[in-house]
Amino acid sequence: MSMRVPCPHCGLRSIEEWVHGEIPTVPDTIVDPDRRDVDRGYMHTNVHGAVREAWFHLSGCRRWVTLWRDTRTDEWIEPPG
Amino acid sequence: MNEHPEAEITLRWNEPEASYDVVIVGGGGHGLSTAYHLATRHDITRVLVLDAGYIGGGNSGRNTTVIRANYGIPEAVRFYQHSLERYRRLEEETGRSMMHDRKGLLWMAHSEAGVRRERARAAVNQAFGAETVYLEPDEIATTCPEIDLACGGGFPAVMGASFHQGATARHDRVVWALAEGAMRCGVHVAPHTAVTGLIHEHGRIVGVETPAGRVAAGTVVSAVGGNATLLADMAGVRLPIKTHPLQAFVTNRYQRRFDPIVASGDLGFYVSQTARGQMLLGAEIDRQPSYSRGSTYELLASLSHRAITVLPFMRNLRVLRQWTGSCDMSPDYSPIMGDTGVDGFLVTTGWGTWGFKAIPAGGECMAEHIATGVAPELMAPFSLDRFERDRTLADRGSSGTH
Repeated sequence: MSMRVPCPHCGLRSIEEWVHGEIPTVPDTIVDPDRRDVDRGYMHTNVHGAVREAWFHLSGCRRWVTLWRDTRTDEWIEPPG
Repeated sequence: MNEHPEAEITLRWNEPEASYDVVIVGGGGHGLSTAYHLATRHDITRVLVLDAGYIGGGNSGRNTTVIRANYGIPEAVRFYQHSLERYRRLEEETGRSMMHDRKGLLWMAHSEAGVRRERARAAVNQAFGAETVYLEPDEIATTCPEIDLACGGGFPAVMGASFHQGATARHDRVVWALAEGAMRCGVHVAPHTAVTGLIHEHGRIVGVETPAGRVAAGTVVSAVGGNATLLADMAGVRLPIKTHPLQAFVTNRYQRRFDPIVASGDLGFYVSQTARGQMLLGAEIDRQPSYSRGSTYELLASLSHRAITVLPFMRNLRVLRQWTGSCDMSPDYSPIMGDTGVDGFLVTTGWGTWGFKAIPAGGECMAEHIATGVAPELMAPFSLDRFERDRTLADRGSSGTH
């Protein structure tokens, strides 16, 4: 399979043109400020399913775009309602 | 090459019973190695190993089987060197052939930054017992005449580091031998039994839930590859793990023996020859975290290009098979073993691209930890709490990571 990223400005473009950016999330259940710092620095939710991500089109329009992806299948999906 | 030993190995699966001392989730190399060492070293045989699929069908069957110890930090060099030495004796110990083949490893640098990196690493390796020899370009040519030293003109090889003890082994035979050895001592193994939940009691994990029913356990060990986060979530443990795909492929047969494993840090690729003569290529992890085991054309194209740049003869070979493993990447590219802060729940994870070579030592350490309650010296630095203690183990000797 070929993996391409849908750019709103350039259309479907090869994954090699892109830089992936994680949008970190710290669960609300962690309240202690020190523990939140540790979580922000090191821990990952490592989503199994729909995830919101930032992608930078480095070898294209050089703009950041926000996309939703299903991490089980690598399909691009609509933002969940 | 794939004839008799498979037929000789008898593996009889078990239906899970109601209760065990230790339940290990994940019947891959690390899970089975832990069970094997619990049974053979500590006489703990009331052990159940569960796997959602078939044993060795996860990352144990989806890697590139390189065994080496030339890592970047003292803790890692000591650990992998021990593992490498254990691998060498494992065939004799289990009485099963694993096609362990010591062929040496040649690591090339094509830039000044690469040379600095390799020099630093060679110094650490020498100091902590993983013998590494420095090579000039003409010595690279002697070691592996197939290499184009100019690398197509664009990336001339400046130096090489030779790690003589580099080896490969047959992945499924390693898994089968450990499973057989453990089961001979009375360990139960139940493939195709997914864990659907963990049983909590007074803040402790006391068992697992499966479609076949509940199984009580004194200790639950997560030896899960790829889905480590999903099981840890059930226990309420946050892991510093991102799951990234790592792709590899093999070509058809190269008619000559191709001896050292050849790797290039600057070009981000490594190649070895399988016992069938096929050339096995690997690269770095995919940038985006994903649980998908799909392979991409992009990786095939770019990795082929890199391989041909270094080894021009490979242009005449054809691609046979491509596959993808799910790497549990830790932030510092070192494994995570031991306690989790939740009683009764241990993990061995963060095996990224370095899991296969660590199977003997990883299982040995985890077994000792379970049996004695104390993390052995070799694995103690790799504890999960190193992140909050600000004692991370950044390892630039881990391949496929940038």
